[in-house]
Amino acid sequence: MINLTIDGQQVSVDNGASILDAAKVANVTIPTLCNHPDQTVKAVCRICVVEVDGRPGLQASCSTPAEEGMVVHTASPKVIRARKDIMELIMARHPMDCLGCQSNGSCELQAVAGGMNMTKPSKYDMDIRKAKVDKSSPSIVRDMRKCILCGRCIETCSEVQGITVMAKENRGYDTMIVPPYGKSLVDTPCVNCGQCVQVCPTGAITIHDDTMEVYNAMEEGKVMVATIAPSVRINVAEALGEDPGTVSTGRLVTALKKIGFDRVFDTDFTADLTIMEEGNELLYRLKNGGTLPMITSCCPAWIKFAETFFDDHLDHLSTCKSPQQMFGPLIKTYFAEKAKINPADICSVSIMPCTAKKFEAKREEMNASGYRDYDVVLTVQEIARMIKTAGIDFANLEDTEFDNPFGLGSGAGLIFGATGGVMEAALRTVYEVVTGKDMAPLEFEPARGFEGIKEAQVDLDGTIVKVAIAHGLGNAWKIINMIKEGKADYHFIEVMACPGGCIGGGGNAPRTWEKVEERRKAIYEEEKRLPVRKSHENPWVKQCYEEFLGEPLGEMSHKLLHTHYISRHDLLGS
Amino acid sequence: MEEMKVLLRNVDKINPKDAYDYAKAGGFEGLKKALSMSREEIIKVLEDSGLRGRGGAGFPTYRKLQFANSTENDTKYIVCNADEGEPGTNKDRILLSKDPCAIIEGMAIMGKAIGAHTGFIYMRGEYTYLREVLYAAIDSCKENGYLGENIMGSDFSFDVKLRMGAGAYVCGEETAMFESIEGKRGEPRYRPPFPGIKGLFGKPTVLNNVETIANVAPILDKGADWYRSMGTEGSPGTKLFSIIGNVNKRGVYEFPMGINLKELIYDYCGGIADGRGLLAVQAGGASAPFINKDQIDIPLEIDYVASSGGRLGCGTIMVIDDTNCIVDMIQNNLYFFKEESCGKCTPCREGTTRLYELVTKISSGRGKMSDLAKIRGLGETMANTAFCGLGRSATVPVESALQNFADDFEKHIDKDFCPVCDREGRVL
Amino acid sequence: MEDRNLTYRVPASKLVEIAKIAAPYRDKPEHLMKVILQSQEITPVFSEDVTAVIAREMNIPQTQVYSFITFYHMLYTEHRGKYVIHMCQSAPCHIRGAEEVVKAIEDLLGVKMGETTEDNRFTLAYSPCLGVCDISPAIMINDKVYGNLNADSVREVIKRYIREEVA
Repeated sequence: MINLTIDGQQVSVDNGASILDAAKVANVTIPTLCNHPDQTVKAVCRICVVEVDGRPGLQASCSTPAEEGMVVHTASPKVIRARKDIMELIMARHPMDCLGCQSNGSCELQAVAGGMNMTKPSKYDMDIRKAKVDKSSPSIVRDMRKCILCGRCIETCSEVQGITVMAKENRGYDTMIVPPYGKSLVDTPCVNCGQCVQVCPTGAITIHDDTMEVYNAMEEGKVMVATIAPSVRINVAEALGEDPGTVSTGRLVTALKKIGFDRVFDTDFTADLTIMEEGNELLYRLKNGGTLPMITSCCPAWIKFAETFFDDHLDHLSTCKSPQQMFGPLIKTYFAEKAKINPADICSVSIMPCTAKKFEAKREEMNASGYRDYDVVLTVQEIARMIKTAGIDFANLEDTEFDNPFGLGSGAGLIFGATGGVMEAALRTVYEVVTGKDMAPLEFEPARGFEGIKEAQVDLDGTIVKVAIAHGLGNAWKIINMIKEGKADYHFIEVMACPGGCIGGGGNAPRTWEKVEERRKAIYEEEKRLPVRKSHENPWVKQCYEEFLGEPLGEMSHKLLHTHYISRHDLLGS
Repeated sequence: MEEMKVLLRNVDKINPKDAYDYAKAGGFEGLKKALSMSREEIIKVLEDSGLRGRGGAGFPTYRKLQFANSTENDTKYIVCNADEGEPGTNKDRILLSKDPCAIIEGMAIMGKAIGAHTGFIYMRGEYTYLREVLYAAIDSCKENGYLGENIMGSDFSFDVKLRMGAGAYVCGEETAMFESIEGKRGEPRYRPPFPGIKGLFGKPTVLNNVETIANVAPILDKGADWYRSMGTEGSPGTKLFSIIGNVNKRGVYEFPMGINLKELIYDYCGGIADGRGLLAVQAGGASAPFINKDQIDIPLEIDYVASSGGRLGCGTIMVIDDTNCIVDMIQNNLYFFKEESCGKCTPCREGTTRLYELVTKISSGRGKMSDLAKIRGLGETMANTAFCGLGRSATVPVESALQNFADDFEKHIDKDFCPVCDREGRVL
Repeated sequence: MEDRNLTYRVPASKLVEIAKIAAPYRDKPEHLMKVILQSQEITPVFSEDVTAVIAREMNIPQTQVYSFITFYHMLYTEHRGKYVIHMCQSAPCHIRGAEEVVKAIEDLLGVKMGETTEDNRFTLAYSPCLGVCDISPAIMINDKVYGNLNADSVREVIKRYIREEVA
């Protein structure tokens, strides 16, 4: 233990703790900008400087280790003067258009400036970086005028996801974080995962906002259909200011109805459908010598990643569409028929924890229904803003049930929201189909938790099935390399692009591992409460097969629920 | 005081590409002695010699070696900083081009002192044409058994590799140099961890300036007492001075530490060119203070210069005559720093450009007295908060000029005519 | 960004040469500078196709290669002339008449600092200190240094390049 004094207060911290860590222990708040609890220490913004007795100048509290006997002043006049000056340097290059900024209210720069009592415009001449706003991506908007060069997005994109879409260009005052050669995001290997949005402290990287499309469709008199992805019910309340891990399924349905949606369905339903199709596809591949390992295809960021970096092994991917893209065609065929609505009059809106889903819905081939299968994809952040815009008191809403004919999703469908969930859900069904017995216990612990790559094996009456689970594309890289080298003797692999799975997705409120852990606990708690916990036991799924789809991997399934992939290798350059 | 030839002893006397020629002139004697000594003994000799870094900060050389020696690791590195980026400095170029074997020998001795088997020479891109000399010298040392496996029949092996920069002053900062050698942008790292524990490729590393390393072999050969017989108590030995600007005899000279600046300019370098008067001197590189003609009667040794607010640094003496304008000089100086800031931290990235803008305002007759206050305030912020030495010291010249040449700034604000800043078609 | 010169294309044969330079350093990113400096002898400009080849052969992201290149003053992503005239912009040259030299070069070649002549032969660029301050003001043309210049002598130097009398 190390003992030091922070603003007159004695504190003890573990060896290796920084002054910033020690200040937290002392309940002293030091403003930070580049610092992020999930990332490495960067020490570049210099806002967190403090005065340490006996040392020249000021020290960045994030990168300076606490030392025995240190006497630290976190808010001396010298410190305040320096911080304000640094803030003025930042302000002089930052567009002061907070009122028209998506990050208004959630911006860390705004919060830090507010906390520092900045009462005047910068004393330096305004000089906003000349950069065009890049709206080319369906998922992510980059406005580098607002960038403060903290480097968090670079770390996420290159170290966590292993892609490196953007990096610093030039140096000094001209430094800018960009894709190479002035390319637009859409022309890069960006997989739209939105993890950069998650860590950006300002409005420099934001979600492509599609909320107006919803209002427009309402005005056009469309039948408004919303679907809610498994992890959305875990994340929406948090995005509206409640504690991480607050489950709000029923309240969310109510809110959506208030906003003006005519029907609200549960995407857990098509998650179950995915299990039916994907589970059977796995069994088919096992039986008939198909390409193994088979890899899940629920995650559109992973799919684009595979199409770009793994394009010579696309036959490993399950041909199943994601739950979202299974739902799209069902709404405009099965549901439209049943409800006697002209599919052309439907506006289907998928509510997702994910920015890549926007890209997925816009993929050319996603028109199996004869129409655009999904018209709009909204992220958790966008729907939270719509709820606020509508003046809805979300915290005090009554619960409402989902609409039929997709009234129920199983627990297996729900846990799709966490890393390992698809695997666990699939095994519950596959195990029973093959062995005729319940998997016991139903909770498949090896698939749970946040270890980067999880491995397990399951005995299906003598047939050993080896599985692996990767979350975060950095971990997916490792699996890919194993497959390329022929070292992956797995049968089934689950990959989710975002660390933690969809509950850590790019469309949620800004993440930290601490929050994602709360969300994870919540999803497994919630799943235990559900009446049906296996996809194949979902009565509505059974009904859908009986009334409409026929059988898993059947002709109708093939038409509506399965897809193909293309190579996007050319995005890596000539 | 007399000019001495310790570091420059072989200049134009030997073939720099030939290790054998260097050996004939007395080279590799230091290495030979070091090979029969323990690591601690070598470090002790350097400690006794009082050798201090010649690159900038004047840090005692033996202590860097001590840190790295006390860190256990099978892989350690010696790095020679040949990124001589300080404007006005060309002493290392002389050593690199005229006596590279002395640098290689010094690196090998330091390698032996910490148990490192690989050394890197990081040379600035502007010296690309010196590559050939260095490669030849390295090869010749290998051929003659002064580098490579079992040097001079001992059980010590050491190899030297050349790495090039490509135009970035900040790479002279030691951790930025590590980044550059590792194939990255030359942005500095924060400390701790210190290079002696975690440096190049994450291994214990000792980095020294070319001139510092050139001192090592003579010290090992002739001993600490001999070394201490030159220079001052706090700064023993000789120092290379790059004397440049408006002085009659420009060039690189070697003098014992402690030589008087005024004598150096007037007695040894023939005074100001064309019979003009002296305006200012900047001694110690781009980040050194500008001092006026009444402040030059000082001994050039590390501690004295530091105590007077400057730093001896690389020993560059830029002499500026009275046809120049100090505001113009500062503008030029800040242009350099704004171009060379790596952009990693806020104060330096934004501050260097803002300082340049403010001084440009003043030089072009648009300045106000409040701009002087802004410059002082920003200077303080940068000095206190910048990530690395570049941003922290980039403010020294402008601050010193505001202090030592206050009238000149006020005259520009008053729109008095300045023959330099007000001439037609002025560049910058 | 529209005004960037992205049309510069490197012949396939040169890309093959660059691939050969880079290939031995696969998964060794620390050799990026070496690969880049050797490639620069084949083509002076690191256009998109060049860095794509280097990135592919060394197995590092193209963005990283690009970011690296834009950091260093002497590596270019935009079109450059056959001869790059580096004019020292640092104080030692500044106070010994650099401006006169700049004007003489600009007048002779008909382009301003930072520009390239129409025939793509000369690019004028400022450079930080060239480290030859004992002969300031100085310029460096590719990697040849010329010092103690004035308007007349620099014109003589440049004319030899115009006549291609210098290898």
